[in-house]
Amino acid sequence: MAGNAPTASEYVVHHLTHLNSTGHAQKNIVDWSVINLDSMFYSISIGLLTVFLLWLAARKATSGVPGRFQGFVEMMVEVVADQAKGIIHSAESRKFVAPLALTVFVWIFLMNAMDLLPVDLLPRIWEGVYASAGGDPHHAYMRIVPTADLSATLGMSSGVLLLCLYYNIKIKGLSGWIHELFTAPFGSHPLLYPINFAMQIIEFVAKTVSHGMRLFGNMYAGELIFILIALLGSTATVFGFVGHVVAGSIWAVFHILIITLQAFIFMMLTLVYIGQAHEGH
Amino acid sequence: MNLNATLIAQLVVFFILAWFTMKFVWPPIVKALDERAKKIADGLTAADKAKSDLALAEKKVVEELRKARESAGDVRASAEKQASLLVDEARAEANRIIAAAREAAETEAGAAAQRAKEALRDQVAHLAVAGAEKILRREINTQVHAELLANLKQELQ
Repeated sequence: MAGNAPTASEYVVHHLTHLNSTGHAQKNIVDWSVINLDSMFYSISIGLLTVFLLWLAARKATSGVPGRFQGFVEMMVEVVADQAKGIIHSAESRKFVAPLALTVFVWIFLMNAMDLLPVDLLPRIWEGVYASAGGDPHHAYMRIVPTADLSATLGMSSGVLLLCLYYNIKIKGLSGWIHELFTAPFGSHPLLYPINFAMQIIEFVAKTVSHGMRLFGNMYAGELIFILIALLGSTATVFGFVGHVVAGSIWAVFHILIITLQAFIFMMLTLVYIGQAHEGH
Repeated sequence: MNLNATLIAQLVVFFILAWFTMKFVWPPIVKALDERAKKIADGLTAADKAKSDLALAEKKVVEELRKARESAGDVRASAEKQASLLVDEARAEANRIIAAAREAAETEAGAAAQRAKEALRDQVAHLAVAGAEKILRREINTQVHAELLANLKQELQ
């Protein structure tokens, strides 16, 4: 960075600040007038890449001998289709939910995989671009992992919540679902109505929040550790350099497991929650 | 770690991507998978059928071989029979020819012997007559003696 080097805490804070529509860090915890440009850019780009790759395989899909790429995509489709078949018993719903699960899995996996790029690579390029455009590089914020943005992960889990509400009403009917809201899980008795309803609301909120938070937490923590490992290297000592290489390698290898697992968990929970919406209590 | 409008935007993107996959990705891949599964099932059925057909054909071959062997045996037996018949016939013919030849030879030999006998007899008679003629030339009339000799010749027969 231009001028004097940042302190460790400045470095971390800089890396954890989103590039948003205001140009500086968001002040309030919730502010609907702000949008994170970096998260949107990377998630939409990766989303387009996801559907492009899937479409590429689908375009040439034949029942003959598949190529490696087609075979790989088919394998994922089969896994997702099998899971969906086991969890959601309505074939009509699966027509939308199974492709949704596949998209979610590949999309989240690729977004998570952004974590494996060197932490400073894209932000430093952005700083250069921003500075050459006349901006202050200290304000050239850039976070490249969209799933380490709570708004993004809660956005996706809210999408799942909306689908749950939709299928609840579609499968059980509006009156059937409202009836269930007040009579489950404890039973049909006027005294139990408020308790049942409270439990149901808690359940929906808890599902949605935990769904989004789990992914966010894992990816945020992973990103933070990469930043800290990079700080180790920035000490410019032999210990720092060796530590950076060793710890960075180990954490990156371990992170391959985490990004895959979290993508899979998000997909499975999507299926499970939507599957629960199909079943009465 | 703040919440902002990114949430809404991400939600919209989420649905758009899922819609795209549902519309353009999932159906062709699932169709291809189903078609391939059917192809494989058909192939396995065909293989099973071919296998049972082969077993059937092998059975048939064994049967045909057995039949061929049997008929070959028959042919050989009848050929042998015919051959021995021919040999027998030939032998009988040969015997017949030999017998005929022998008979003819015997007849001819008998006739020759007869002829020789007769010739001998004639010569004996002539000799006797010639002898007697010489002896009796001067005495007796040739006529009487010839008569006597003819009587004698008759007796000799």
